[in-house]
Amino acid sequence: MVATLQLDQVGVRYGKQEVLSGVTTPVLKGGEVTAVIGPNAAGKSSLFRRIAGLLDGPGDIRIDDAALRHASSNVCYMPQDTSVNTVLTVYESVLLARKQGAPRKVTDEDLQEVDRILFSLRIEEIAFKGLNELSGGQRQLVSLAQVLVREPKILLLDEPTSALDLHRQVEVLALIRSLAREREICVVLAIHDLNQVLRVADRVMVIDAGTMVTCGPVESVITPTLLQNIYRVDGRIERCSRLCPHVIIDGPLEAA
Amino acid sequence: MAHSPAIAMVKGRGAYHVLVQRKKLVLLALAVILILSVIADLGLGPARYSMHEVVLALMGSPEVSEQISVVIWDIRMPVALMAVVVGAALSAAGAQMQTILNNPLASPFTLGISAAASFGASVALVFGVGFLPWAIDYVVSINALVMAMAAALFIHFMSQRRGVTVETIVLLGITLVFTFNALLALVQYLASEQALSAVVFWTMGSLTRATWPKLAITTAVVAVSLPLFMRRAWALTALRLGDDKAASFGVNVRWLRLETMMIISLLAAVPVAFVGTIGFIGLVGPHIARMLVGEDQRYFLPASVLSGAAILSLTSVISKSIVPGTIFPIGIITALVGVPFLFSLIMSTRRRAW
Repeated sequence: MVATLQLDQVGVRYGKQEVLSGVTTPVLKGGEVTAVIGPNAAGKSSLFRRIAGLLDGPGDIRIDDAALRHASSNVCYMPQDTSVNTVLTVYESVLLARKQGAPRKVTDEDLQEVDRILFSLRIEEIAFKGLNELSGGQRQLVSLAQVLVREPKILLLDEPTSALDLHRQVEVLALIRSLAREREICVVLAIHDLNQVLRVADRVMVIDAGTMVTCGPVESVITPTLLQNIYRVDGRIERCSRLCPHVIIDGPLEAA
Repeated sequence: MAHSPAIAMVKGRGAYHVLVQRKKLVLLALAVILILSVIADLGLGPARYSMHEVVLALMGSPEVSEQISVVIWDIRMPVALMAVVVGAALSAAGAQMQTILNNPLASPFTLGISAAASFGASVALVFGVGFLPWAIDYVVSINALVMAMAAALFIHFMSQRRGVTVETIVLLGITLVFTFNALLALVQYLASEQALSAVVFWTMGSLTRATWPKLAITTAVVAVSLPLFMRRAWALTALRLGDDKAASFGVNVRWLRLETMMIISLLAAVPVAFVGTIGFIGLVGPHIARMLVGEDQRYFLPASVLSGAAILSLTSVISKSIVPGTIFPIGIITALVGVPFLFSLIMSTRRRAW
């Protein structure tokens, strides 16, 4: 059975203040990639933390998957902030992520999986560097390795590529997409680059000012109207010579 | 998943095994230092015995005189072992405080837990002697424990509030140290002359008060606490990656912190109750361990325990060697050695992680 995730009128409250409300999605299935877009401070990170169980709020989060060993490895969340101040090597930190909630003893299978993940993200060269010696981009890749090594069924990634160079962005997003397909992971990721969204996502959810604006197939959601209403920029969606859609920005919208 | 050459993958695993072996060797080396230090400690005192004599006496060899045997086993052994157990307890408490508060300056001493325990102990010492003279050791310990737990809970709940930073916790700890020192001074002011000298000696910290029953209790506390920490080794290490990440790995962050804080206050209070205030071990031990083996709790905790024990045991050796025949209160020595270390730590924190 494939894992599914469905949100029904989900919101987030900090004390009495409601920072997010009314997020409702269709059933998001394993194997699909859903992008969450929206301006800064729209409530994207709050939504991720709510789904991951770190925040309280109204609404229902329905996660369905029968074939899981540990409840905790159901959902894996990669926070936006990857800064750490600890004396651990990359390898240890990834192994550590895998061992949470698992039997204490490190098995050969654990080590093989760590090696495989580090290799697939091409960070095996920095495996024995300290986490505090890494660059922002390297930290992001390690953080991604930490969630992937847990073999999650539902993967929440909060801006996983924001610190990466263009080549790494394309590479990592392609990896996430292929992992989603191969391992039937239901991926939800926040990302700002709309062209990357068009390349990687099956579905896109738009969040603005604490509410969900829409959730649907990528090409029907990312339109010139969306660019105007949500981002206040003038732009077009055009197909390139290979017929892939691209967002072209003409300039900021004049203040009305 | 990209298919990868097997060589690169085996390299990672192999290097990890080497790393683990190295850490185990470090633990072994620390243990050897500790054992040598204990043997040296047993040989020192008003009468000095060579290492050879000490080892023979320990093995119950008939070659050493009855008198040496008695001195080593009945007089010096409880003190020497107390140094080991107290050092281990304080260092483990400091290590876990630094872990759960995400704070390199956290230790029972710097955050006021030890001061609270001293206050509790002194109250019992000054006012309790009249009521239960036969059980005074235990009343003192229980009072120290209650106050230490209260201080630990205070720090814990304050650290849970929103907007509380690493610096705030240190400042809070300083206010606790001042408060309890003032209260301690008040108790001293009110105390009878006889009780006063007991309290003053207490605040200096001295291992010479060690007896077999006290040693047994402290050992029991350490023996119960350490496995509890080890069982949570993976979760405690995960805390170092940040709360959000640890929580998303399924760690119950709040509960783990509270539980750990309770065990810490037990580990910090019992030594204070029995041997008085001994500072800096809880700060220095974990830092040495971190430099040697990193922060994977499976090695970090044992390394902290061993280095804390070794430092206090070595300090005990020093406290007997400065003026032959005189034993300086060990709290004075640890503070004198600890202050320069703390200073260098503060000056270097900006340059590297911890």
